[in-house]
Parts: sequence; structure tokens; C-alpha cells
Amino acid sequence: MAGFLPILWFILIAVLWTGYLFLEGFDLGVGMHMLVSARSENDRRVMLNTIGPVWDGNEVWLLTAGGATFAAFPFWYASLFSALYIPLIVVLLGLILRAVAIEYRGKGNSQRWVDVWTWCLGLGSFVSAFGIGAGLALTSTGLPLDKNGDLVGGPWAWFNGYAVLGGLAVVGFALVHAADFLALKTEGPVRERAAAFAWPWGILCLLPIALWAIDLTVVSGHPIAWVTLAVGVLALVWWGWEARARKEGLAFLGLGIFLVAGVATIFEAMYPVVLPSTLDRAWDLTVTNASSSTYTLGVMSVVAAFGVPLVLAYQAWTYWVFRGRLRGEAIPPIIAFGPAVATAAAAPDGAAPHGSRGSAE
Amino acid sequence: MHLEALDPVLVARWQFGITTVYHFWMVPLTIGLGPLVAYFQVRWYRSKDPRFYRATKFWGKLYLINFIMGVATGIVQEFQFGLAWAQYSRFVGDVFGAPLAMEALLAFFLESTFLGLWIFGWGRLSPKLHTAALCVAIGGSVLSAYFIIAANSWMQHPVGVALVHGRPQLTSIWAVLSNNTAVWAFLHTVFGSLMVGGMFLLGISWYQLWQRRKDGIDTVGADGRVIAGSNDAIAGRDAADHRLWLGSLRTGAWVAIVAFLIVFVTGDQQGKLMFVQQPMKMAAAEAACDTTTDFSVLSFGAWNAESCHSVHDVITVPGVLSFLANGNFTTPVKGVNQLIPEYQQLYGKYAPDGSLISYVPLMPVTYWGFRVMITLGGMAAFAAAVALWITRKGTVPRSKPLMQLALLGILAPFAANSAGWVFTEMGRQPFVVAPNPTGVKGVFLLTQVANSPSVTAGELVFSLASLGGLYLILMVVEVWLLTKYVRGGVVSAIPELGKRPSDSDEGPGGPKSPDDVLAFAY
Repeated sequence: MAGFLPILWFILIAVLWTGYLFLEGFDLGVGMHMLVSARSENDRRVMLNTIGPVWDGNEVWLLTAGGATFAAFPFWYASLFSALYIPLIVVLLGLILRAVAIEYRGKGNSQRWVDVWTWCLGLGSFVSAFGIGAGLALTSTGLPLDKNGDLVGGPWAWFNGYAVLGGLAVVGFALVHAADFLALKTEGPVRERAAAFAWPWGILCLLPIALWAIDLTVVSGHPIAWVTLAVGVLALVWWGWEARARKEGLAFLGLGIFLVAGVATIFEAMYPVVLPSTLDRAWDLTVTNASSSTYTLGVMSVVAAFGVPLVLAYQAWTYWVFRGRLRGEAIPPIIAFGPAVATAAAAPDGAAPHGSRGSAE
Repeated sequence: MHLEALDPVLVARWQFGITTVYHFWMVPLTIGLGPLVAYFQVRWYRSKDPRFYRATKFWGKLYLINFIMGVATGIVQEFQFGLAWAQYSRFVGDVFGAPLAMEALLAFFLESTFLGLWIFGWGRLSPKLHTAALCVAIGGSVLSAYFIIAANSWMQHPVGVALVHGRPQLTSIWAVLSNNTAVWAFLHTVFGSLMVGGMFLLGISWYQLWQRRKDGIDTVGADGRVIAGSNDAIAGRDAADHRLWLGSLRTGAWVAIVAFLIVFVTGDQQGKLMFVQQPMKMAAAEAACDTTTDFSVLSFGAWNAESCHSVHDVITVPGVLSFLANGNFTTPVKGVNQLIPEYQQLYGKYAPDGSLISYVPLMPVTYWGFRVMITLGGMAAFAAAVALWITRKGTVPRSKPLMQLALLGILAPFAANSAGWVFTEMGRQPFVVAPNPTGVKGVFLLTQVANSPSVTAGELVFSLASLGGLYLILMVVEVWLLTKYVRGGVVSAIPELGKRPSDSDEGPGGPKSPDDVLAFAY
């Protein structure tokens, strides 16, 4: 058991990241598409409401991946997060802006309010996707860490080409995945443009993530990584075929398989290292030296064995409840309202952000 | 400014303090208001009384405006252990990560997924399922609080571990989850949050009733009883509107009072535990410099006092401190001056960097934090009782200052919550993981060695400034939105009520058949 549990948890962390990238992938992509692919306010609201009921539950996959890394591999968590201090702070700022924007965007009084929050939503999604991709790439390719696992070389020592590649990889994947998702979940102009984006632009967007997986496989030479890489390439070809034919459900499935194979390839190529040190390979963090005790991993395994299937079940049910395509005509208008006071007509609506005193005059 | 001259630990502590206190303005309202919204919806589901439908919609809307801020700032919380406190994360990882991961997997998923179902499930789920979805989401919130409190309580009172290679290693997850510190802190926190929810209902409902009186909708008869009216010219101000606000006000007041009683009892239990588990924290909270039985009502000292030299007791009550600690009036409680040598003997005199460890937390902070918490909590409960009496005849007086006082009262339990947390977290210093006097020797960690060695003061100033700046802007936005929705009355949550018959030019069967249009959309 002692040797098996860290491996199990390495796999589980990979599963959690796959879940996150699969589910939040289209949330983040939809956020970006609201800036790049939407032509009207109705388009933007159609897009936003495809993820409206589910995005918050999807985001929890990130928190679970983070929390599980803390619980199962505390040394990995501590080294990676502290080494990537600046990029992760930017990711947090992006996630905060995006979350608040989703909820607040439709609650203001002016077009300007809506526009500002649209930018927060789109840029927040972009920054989060890019930063998370950079972080995942760097944990697979390495950081200049000392013996204690701390970054050496100053606040920017983490930055290199892999950070950019990983960032582009997740941004690109999210854009295509969201295009497939929108094509599958909407009717009308949004569907048309999403499908037109997925094919052919999807090929370009998926290049970075493919490069990342291929690079790691070649460098590591793991035989199983080659197998999953081949599966990924086949899935990609299938996706391209279906996306071109506008078989939206099959394209979505194809890209999903591509993601699973891609993440599997990356994690297999990394194994048994979870975070390499580029200064001295003896300082690499591995599934063995970064993991928690057998008891803790055992406890967490029981929790995960019960929790993960349960979460998958009720989240799947949520998608069932909100199944079907969304049409522009189904979006209700936002009804403006003023203060419920006798002088409502005279009072300038919402002119004074006065705190919670509710000043009526 | 030379950022290198700044102590990274100090900046990291400010950052943790600011982001956590901020996060815990949204959280108690989420935990406190959520069960009340669920209560209204259950009542509506059972009785089909439209008053409860309106209450569910209106308070639910405010709940959601606040909820999202708690979610957004909560991500920072989970990340910043690894970001700014890497040495802490390495030290406690075998124990502390587990409750955090459980929180995400077993509680936060429930909360987020089922709240999404609730927000978009109007008209799509059956009323029964829709009501259940909210209850599950609220249950997720409360469960989430339990895991987080269990993690925090382990930092206050580490249990269930052995020391292996200088690190605590988990030996019993049950010990961590059933830590007596956690059980009392959880109850204290949840009912403290319900006080927030109760006073929120009270203050805002008071404003609505006052507005109705001001606009001449409600009047008071010769017997002092309300005569509820209606005004069709103002959207939503019909006769049912009066019952909505009066019911909400009185519900909120009762919740605040009952919650306060439980907060009082659980706080007393926490205090008694703390005298045993963290004697220095309680001695500092009481400014008890020397062993005594007296409770200080008022003591003065230098604001930055780290020692007892400048503390002057102005008013003390004999025996009460012993009662708080031991349940009798005679057993003396150890003072700061007696505890310092004990701590030095048990946990060492010098920190790893050779400096003398100061075992006394910032006394003015613990002393006043403790008193502000109790005073504001008590004032809120008293105000809630007064509000019940004032509104016994069905409405509020026309006095504007009184209405403003009721709105101001919303802030009291918020501030009490903050003060309590500042007290218990700063009272734990100089430890980030406080030693357990009856636990395994060596399981404690000084805050000054818990930060991330590679993260510089400059990076921390950047993050503190950017997070702090964003938080400040978002606070203004949230309060502005809450104010807008409160002023809109019930129509802000049920826009259909504001539509007069002449407004709707599309009959049923028109191009927008109601079946196709979403009941709610962002």
C-alpha cells in the first residue's frame, strides 16, 4: 500500500485536472468568446447562459485539484504555488473578476456597466486560462528549485518558453472546446459562428497543447505516453472530421477524448516526477518524496472513492436538467426597476452609492 | 520605498489578515442568510402563501449578490497557504490539506452545483425538487464551514498527530474532525453568522416598513395598530408587501436573539477550553498580567503594548475571570507574567534565527477584540428584542433616525464576527500552529518561520496592493448593488410584479410563449 497510494493519488490529481480542464475549459472559453465571437448583446447573453447554471460547480474542480494536491502532495503544492507567486496572483485576480462579472453583469443600470463586466469576464477568463496553463506546463517541465523546493533567481525566475506554450495551450484548447460547446448548446447565429470557429481555426488553437504533449513524450520516452499520445492524435483527427461535418455532439466528444489523452500523456511523461528542479535533478519532487503519509493518503482515498463518483453523478444530472439548445429568443429581457418610493419618477435611479444606509432621499 | 527593508512575514500576515477578514464579511452573510431563504422557500412550498414566495425571491436575490463575492474571495484563501506560506504548508501538509480537500470535494461541490440548480431551476425543476436543491446547497455551506473550522481549530489545538522527522503526521482523522475546539468554534461561528442573517433581515425590513409609512401607504390607527394599505402607483407596494416586511423583520429579530443565546453559551465553552488549551491567549484577552480572579471591564495601556508594564486596570469585577475560566469564583487564572517563563521552558526561549521569542500576543488587539465582539453581539441581540417590542403593533415608527439605526445595526454582528476572528487568530501569535499543552511535544510552528522563503516583500506588496485594491472596488460595487436591490423593494427580485397590465402587449401564444423563455437568465 505504501508504494501504491502515492501513485493512485498522482493519477487522481491528473483526473481532477482533466475534470477541471474539461468542464472549466468551456466556461473560460465561453468567457473569451463573449469578447471575440459575439456580434450582439443577445449573442453574449446566449453564450453566458449556456454556462450560467454550471460554471460555479465546474470551478470547484480547480479548488479540489488544489486542495487534493495540498493533502496528498504538500511539498508539491508548497513549492509550485510559492514558485509561481506572481502568475498565480494574476490568475486569482482573473478568477475573481470573472466570477463577479458573471453574477453582476446583468444587474446594473447602463450599457457601460454591461460593457465593463463583459471585459472583466473575457479578460478574466483569458488570464486565468493562460496562467493555469503556464503553471501546469512548468510543473511538467521544471523550475529552478533549491534543495528545500524554493524558487531560486528572483520573482521572475519561473518564466520561460514553456510557460508561454502552456498558457497558449490552455487558452487555445478552451477557445475550441467552448466553440464546440456553444455549437452544441445553442441555436441560431451563435451556433453558426461557433461551428465556423471550431473548424478550421480550431486546428491552429490546438497546436500549442499538441506541441506540449509531443515535446514531453519525446523527452521522456515513456512507452505508455506514446500510446496515449497516439490515442490523442487519433481523437484529434476524428474531432477535425466531425467538426468539419458539423456533427456537434461527436466533435465535442472527440475533443474531450483528445483532452483526456493529452493530460494522460503529460502526466505519464512526468511520472514519477511531479515537479522537476532544473538546477539539480536530485532535488526533483517526486510522487514518493513529495507525498503525505500512508495514513493520510488512505483517508483521502476513502473520501475520494465516495466523493468523486457522487460529484460526477449530481453534476451529470445538472447537465441533464439544463439539456437542450438555447435560442436567442429564450433570453428574457432585463427589466429595469427604480426605488420603490413615492418619488420614484423624480429620483435619479441608483445615482448614489451610499453604502448600506439605504438613504431614501 | 525600499521594499527589501520590509519584513516579508509582516506583509504576508497583513495580506492574510486583510483577505481573510474581507472574505469573512461575505461568508457569515452567506451562512446566516442562506438558511433563512431556505426557510422561506419551505414555508412557501408548504403553504403556497405568496408572502413566502416574495420573501424567498427578495432575500434570495440579496443572498446571491453576496454569495458570489464569498466564492470569488474564497479561492484566494485556499491558494494563499501555498503562495505565501510554503513552509507552513510543508509543515502541516500531512494534516491540514485533508480537511481542505474534503471541504472542496464533499461540501463546496454540493453548494456550488445545487445553487446553480436553484438559480436557474425556477420553473424547470418541480417546486419540491427546487426547494430541495436550495436546502442541499445551504447544507453544503454549513458542511463547508465545518471542515474549514476543523482545519483552523487544528492550528489552535493540534490533535490526532505524531511527530515524525520533525513534522506532524496524521494518526487519526476522527481526532481532527471531532476536536472539541472545532465543535464549539463551529457552533459559535454558525450561530454568529445567523445573527448576521437575522440583523440583515431586521434592518432592511425596517427600512421597507418605514418607507411604506413615509409614503403614506401604511398608517397607524387610534389603538396604535397598523392599518396596512397599498399604492398601485408604486410597483410592489400592495397589501401583501406589508406582511412580507413585517414577517421578515420579526423572523430576523427572533433569529438574532436565539442565535445570540447560543453564541453566548458556545463562546463560554470556547473560553473555558481556551484557558486550558491556549492560556496565554486568554490571559492577553483579559490583560491579566498577574495571576488573578478578577475580570477587567476596562483597562488602559500603550496601544503597542507587548508587555504588561503599561497596563492599568480601571474597572475590574472580582471573581468573574475565574468563572469564565473554571466555572467558579475562586480558582485563580494564571497571568501573562507567570505564563512567559512556562512557555519559555516548554517551547524554547529563542527562535531559529536567534531572536528572543515574544510569547505575548498584541494585548490591545486581543483585549479589545474580545470586548468589541461581546459588546456588539450583545447590543445586536438587545436591539433585536427592542425591535420586536416596537413592532408588536404591526409596523415601525416614522422616525428616520430610528430607521437609520436599524440599518446601522446590520453592521454590528458583522463587526462582532470580525473582532472575534481577529482576536482568536492574533491571540494565537507568535504561533501559526499553537502548541497543544497535553498533545505531542514539538507540534507547533512559529509564524515567523512559516512564510515562503522565495517570495520577496516586493512580490507580497504587489499582491497585497492588487488584491486589496480590487477588493475595495468590489466592496463598493457589492454594497451599491445591494442598496439598489433593497431600494427597489420586492420588485427588484420579481420584476413581473412591476408590470402593470397595460405594459404587456403580448398575450399568451404570442411570439414569446412563456414556456420557451428562461425563467431567469444572466
